[in-house]
Amino acid sequence: MIELRDVHKAFGPKRVLRGIDLTIAQGTSMVVIGGSGTGKSVLLKCILGLITPDSGAITLDGQDVARVERDAFLARFGMLFQGGALFDSLPVWQNVAFRLLRGSLKRPRAEAREIAIEKLRRVGLTADVADLYPAELSGGMQKRVGLARAIAAEAEIIFFDEPTAGLDPIMSGVINDLIREIVTEIGATAMTITHDMTSVRAIADNVAMLHDGVIQWTGPVADLDDSGDPYLDQFIHGRAEGPIEAVR
Amino acid sequence: MSRIAALLAAIGRPVLAALAALGRVSIFAGRALGHMLRPPFYLREIAGALLNVGYFSLPVVGLTAFFTGGALALQIYSGGARFNAEAVVPQIVAIGMVRELGPVLVGLMIAARVTSSIAAEIATMKVTEQIDALVTLSTHPMKYLTAPRVFAGLVMVPVLVGIGDVIGIMGGHVVGTRSLGFNPATYLHNTVNFIEARDIVSSLVKGAAFGFIATLMGCYYGMNTGRGAAGVGRATKGAVEAAAVLILAANFLLTSIFFSI
Repeated sequence: MIELRDVHKAFGPKRVLRGIDLTIAQGTSMVVIGGSGTGKSVLLKCILGLITPDSGAITLDGQDVARVERDAFLARFGMLFQGGALFDSLPVWQNVAFRLLRGSLKRPRAEAREIAIEKLRRVGLTADVADLYPAELSGGMQKRVGLARAIAAEAEIIFFDEPTAGLDPIMSGVINDLIREIVTEIGATAMTITHDMTSVRAIADNVAMLHDGVIQWTGPVADLDDSGDPYLDQFIHGRAEGPIEAVR
Repeated sequence: MSRIAALLAAIGRPVLAALAALGRVSIFAGRALGHMLRPPFYLREIAGALLNVGYFSLPVVGLTAFFTGGALALQIYSGGARFNAEAVVPQIVAIGMVRELGPVLVGLMIAARVTSSIAAEIATMKVTEQIDALVTLSTHPMKYLTAPRVFAGLVMVPVLVGIGDVIGIMGGHVVGTRSLGFNPATYLHNTVNFIEARDIVSSLVKGAAFGFIATLMGCYYGMNTGRGAAGVGRATKGAVEAAAVLILAANFLLTSIFFSI
């Protein structure tokens, strides 16, 4: 279980997170929604330790993430980055098997390649993609490779940062279905940040809306349309008028 | 009084900023060296960096040294003719190449070729979240990206300087024997007899220092890039400028240490 209590983060005078309280239960899929620039990515990076919060507590299974052994902590995570963040200098299979080629999870090269190809198949890519370089792939294929990399080392917790950004609706649907299937199949805890409401409904067990540095609303995805929260209503229906200023 | 305070503030701000930058670079250098000495060692990355810094820099280093050695021979011959000292061409080409021009020109070529590519590559990795991805994959970016490159700079640039010195002397030899009428055997004999061990040691030490500076600046500016394409451009420009200036400053310092006694 991931718990955030009163987490604050500012960049100079800009206070991005102003007291975040959020709980993500083990084995569930939490989707965090919110407008552009509201701090969704900052929130996610605070949990991973890529950004240090100014105050507040973040715990994973009751342990403060700032005090745990970093390698063991990170070995539990997989992450799909918004732009894929694939390593340009490595072929696709080495991107997928990155963790399996070095460090505590190191395997023989041939075995790591086999696992990478199997994970590529899992996300709908054929073995002939394995030796291509990321620059030779389309945006949708890069997302799939990123997804394969996120699941390659059997992560318990997977983060998805804008998994459908920049993809056409059909490819977005494919990625959403893959995420849902994989999260269910491996029983992982998932946290996704997105503004794509189709993704929210396809991926989420629970939804949290981040606005003005705090969690404005949180609840099961089934309650999304009947929340009674004017901020959430405005956001999910994409209205220009409402309590959220359209020009921020 | 307020004018004096404003003047002091105007002087103090850049001084403090420069000291802060020096501190940040020093901490970065210390971390890079620490990661270079502590396992795990990423041998493939180290091999790649050795090839990129060393082997692939050979053509530019060789051509630069050859033409510089040849031009130096012509200059010394024509300048020496003013006081009947044309015969010192082999000795001055040798000492000029080994003590100064070899290390400095190789250092500047490495700053142009390697520092820029390291800074641009790492900065691009930073803005496309590849550095964050490395962290989430339990891989320390300093260990994976910086340590192999700085190690390659420390090891390969002295080798390049040594090769550059020899090629530069050969450039002088070709010009001296083909255009200026020197006897080939005498030219080589004078060159070899004139160079001292201290000249060679200073040349290689300078190479190691310049290689360290060039690769460190590329990594430092790359890791600390701003956002977007403009950030990558600024990081690359800053890295090359800083490397070139620091190489020339270090050259002065090392020359003082080796030859002022």
